[in-house]
Amino acid sequence: MLKFFEPNKIFKITSRAPKYVLFLFIVVLSIGLVEALVLSPEDYKQSDAVRIMYVHVPAAWITLGIFSSITILSISGFIFKNKNFFLISKSLAPSGFVFNIIALVTGSIWGKPTWGTWWAWDARITSMLILVLFYAMYLIVWRIYDSEEKVYKISTLVTIVGIINVPIIKYSVDWWNTLHQPASINLLSKSSIHSSMLYPLLLMTAAFALFSLLIFLMKYNTELIKIKNKGLDRL
Amino acid sequence: MINELIFMNGYAGYVLSAFSFTLLSFLGLYLVIKIQFVREQNKFITKFGSLNAEQANSAKSQRINKEILANSTNN
Repeated sequence: MLKFFEPNKIFKITSRAPKYVLFLFIVVLSIGLVEALVLSPEDYKQSDAVRIMYVHVPAAWITLGIFSSITILSISGFIFKNKNFFLISKSLAPSGFVFNIIALVTGSIWGKPTWGTWWAWDARITSMLILVLFYAMYLIVWRIYDSEEKVYKISTLVTIVGIINVPIIKYSVDWWNTLHQPASINLLSKSSIHSSMLYPLLLMTAAFALFSLLIFLMKYNTELIKIKNKGLDRL
Repeated sequence: MINELIFMNGYAGYVLSAFSFTLLSFLGLYLVIKIQFVREQNKFITKFGSLNAEQANSAKSQRINKEILANSTNN
């Protein structure tokens, strides 16, 4: 099963996929932007400021998803002694990091008209800030160490410690009294968000997911070519 | 109607700056990763060009190397 995902076998797909993913991303993003900025209704309390949700929430969801994936892949890399898992983790990190920054900045912009402040040290915002530090540490580890074994060990350690923060982010609005509202969308029970706002939100989430897939594919191909460059040196 | 769309009840500055920041971040990240990719691809082509016939044949026997060369000519 794992052999199916070996770089030699999947490079043909990963090297050709980016142009199709880019096309699909542009289409979905264009529709999502029209829905989010024009067609979706304003909120009865927040008025048009609610539209910031269409970039803030997908960015937050995806950054959490990517960090969780990086952790699972890093641990799996150790268990199955598979270097490709580490390569996939490394290629996922840049988009996760940027989505985390987008979630923080757009959240800050949203905070001003709704809470009257750009920043508050509440549990959700602070835990998201801590996550961006873990992303930074993860990326720095790949840059500063030359020894592969050392990079694998330390980067996995960073993700294992960092993953403790993910449920804290998720449940911070329930555990503490924060400025953030509780989740409006639940997979297991009925969501409290109206469908006229839910569909644009899902469209923008799809667009953001496609963008992270695009960046992942490009980064993964770059890393594979880097390895092949080293191989040519050895010939 | 048009005024409503442009001014967004006074929140246009916040909404548009959030969307602009997001799209500019996308563009920035895309360009950084694309530059890294093209740089590595060019490095590969230069290195491949400096190989002798025997080394080139040996390198070409690897599937990924063949794909990199094929893709670089398509780009």
